[in-house]
This record gives sequence, structure tokens and C-alpha cells, in this order.
Amino acid sequence: MTTPFTLLHDGQSDTIEASISRGDVRIAPELIHQALGWKLEPEGLCKAGMCVPVPVGNHGELVGDDGIDLAGLAKALDSPLALDLTERAGALGTPAFERGAMLESLEAPDFSLPDLAGRMHSLSDHRGKKVLLIAYASW
Amino acid sequence: MPITVALDRCTDDPREFIERAAPTHPSLIDTHHQLSELYHLVNVPTIIWIDEQGRVVRPHDSQFGTDTFTAFHHKQSAPYLDMIRAWVRQGEGALDADEVRGHLPRPSQQSQHARAERTLAWHLHQQGQSEAAERHFDLACELAPNDWTIRRGSMPIRGQNPFGPDFFALAEEGAPEYGMESVTPTREEA
Repeated sequence: MTTPFTLLHDGQSDTIEASISRGDVRIAPELIHQALGWKLEPEGLCKAGMCVPVPVGNHGELVGDDGIDLAGLAKALDSPLALDLTERAGALGTPAFERGAMLESLEAPDFSLPDLAGRMHSLSDHRGKKVLLIAYASW
Repeated sequence: MPITVALDRCTDDPREFIERAAPTHPSLIDTHHQLSELYHLVNVPTIIWIDEQGRVVRPHDSQFGTDTFTAFHHKQSAPYLDMIRAWVRQGEGALDADEVRGHLPRPSQQSQHARAERTLAWHLHQQGQSEAAERHFDLACELAPNDWTIRRGSMPIRGQNPFGPDFFALAEEGAPEYGMESVTPTREEA
């Protein structure tokens, strides 16, 4: 039996059907592929032409009758996972190595954020100018 | 071109500051802390210099445009404003790639996990699940005790005063620093 589960990832929120039991969250492979782009192939977990090896012996643990174990998936991808089974929600984060590699490249990561009027602005709008990026807060 | 980004929980929190400043540059609001995640920010203010090709030429630095709080953080604004002017007008002060890499903050699995917990906590808070949100804010704070975008940034969300006793207790631990003193000499003479 499945129940709606909110998966936060990559700055978005998806509500997908999941089986929550015995302390784990299992999601059908096609729903994982739809939401996250990852597909379990014989080579491992694959996305956009890139594969993360998953030992064939572990495939059985990762994929059961009820689907792919979300925590197992996160571990295989080295992605941090915050989970709240009671509230049926989880946040899948970016692995440290991936975030670190982006920073090491010295390419300033692009972003799109709204102003007070709700208009979206991107860093890339200002390519060709020197940009002073200032993060502040009312706190 | 300055781009200012408020790591605030809603547009109303920084509204007064933005309206008073009436900026002609983009002044944005980042309620989901997207910038903290992308740039591994651990406190505000944090300033990053990005050149015309979109490359970081001076990484995360905690510097100030006024001396309002110099008594607290011991940094002077005048030398830093001079540095900015020299960069904008004469292209001086940009660090080379090795120097930038030498000063880059590096996220850890633990700090990334803290961000995931914060993301979940913020979502649960927005859904009205305050108790559950509290648990995950607590976890985020434990995992990243040195990240004030989490520890101090969550105070308004959790009904704590970021300028009150909870903050003073936090301040006792010392503000997180990016280690840029050797390339940004703005500290007051002792």
C-alpha cells in the first residue's frame, strides 16, 4: 500500500507515492526515474549518460518488491538525506564532492531569485560586468 | 554591478531595508537558502567578487560597508570599500586562480547533511508542522554548529530573537570566519 510522500530535491518539491514501513521509504523505480532522473541498470545507478556503480549483489537490497529504498539510493549516490517518516517527507541534498567540485572550478554557480516585486533575476543576466555578490539578512 | 541577496524567510523581513536603500541594482530574496547551498555560505554578510567571465576572483569574505558594528566584529569598512573601488576602476585586487582555490570554503558530508535537514525543517514549517520542523532545525544546528545561516538564520523562523539572548549565547562561540584576513586586511589595530 502506498501513501503520498514529499521529496524535496534540487530546489523543487515532488509528491510521489511511496511505501513506508519498517523504518524505510520505498519508491517504484519508474517514479524515482521520473522525479530524480536515476535508473538502476546492470552497470549501477545511471543518469544522463553517467553511472554510479552499485555492486550487483546489493541490487536486491536496493530494489525490493515495494521499490527502491530511498536511504539506500542516497547512500549509493553519496547524497545526504533528511527524512521524516511520520510527516512523510524527505530532503535529498547534494553530495559534498559535487558541491566542492563546482566551487573548485571557480565558475560562479548561476542562480535565479526574485526581487521584492517577484521579478526573477539571474547571475548570468550580468555576464560581461564585474559582479559584487552580497549575501545579507535581516538577522 | 552589485547583486544583494537576503537570506530571509519572507520578502517582508528585508523589505524595510530594501525600500530605504532604493537600490538600482538587483536586490533579491532567497527564502530557500539556494545561495547558501550553491556557494557554501556560513554567515552573512558574505561578499564574493565575480569577474566579467563569470569566474570567482575573490571568494567568500565577511566584510562590511559601514562601521556600525565594528565594535562587535572589529573590521573597518573604509579599506574594504577602497579595495572594491580599485577593483572596479583599475581591475586591481582580483586574486589569481591558485589564491582563490587556497581560500575556498569546502563543504563536508556533514555540512551538506545539515543543509538537507534545514531544507526539510523549512518545508515542514511552511506546512504548519512546527514540532516536526523544530526537530529538524535542531538536527541541522547540531550537524553544522559553525553555520550561522542555519543557527542564526533559523531563529526568526523558530520564534527566537536573532538579536537577543539566544544570539548572545551563540556569539560566545565566536562568529564563523572564512579565513580571508591575509588577503583582506581590514581588521582594526588592537
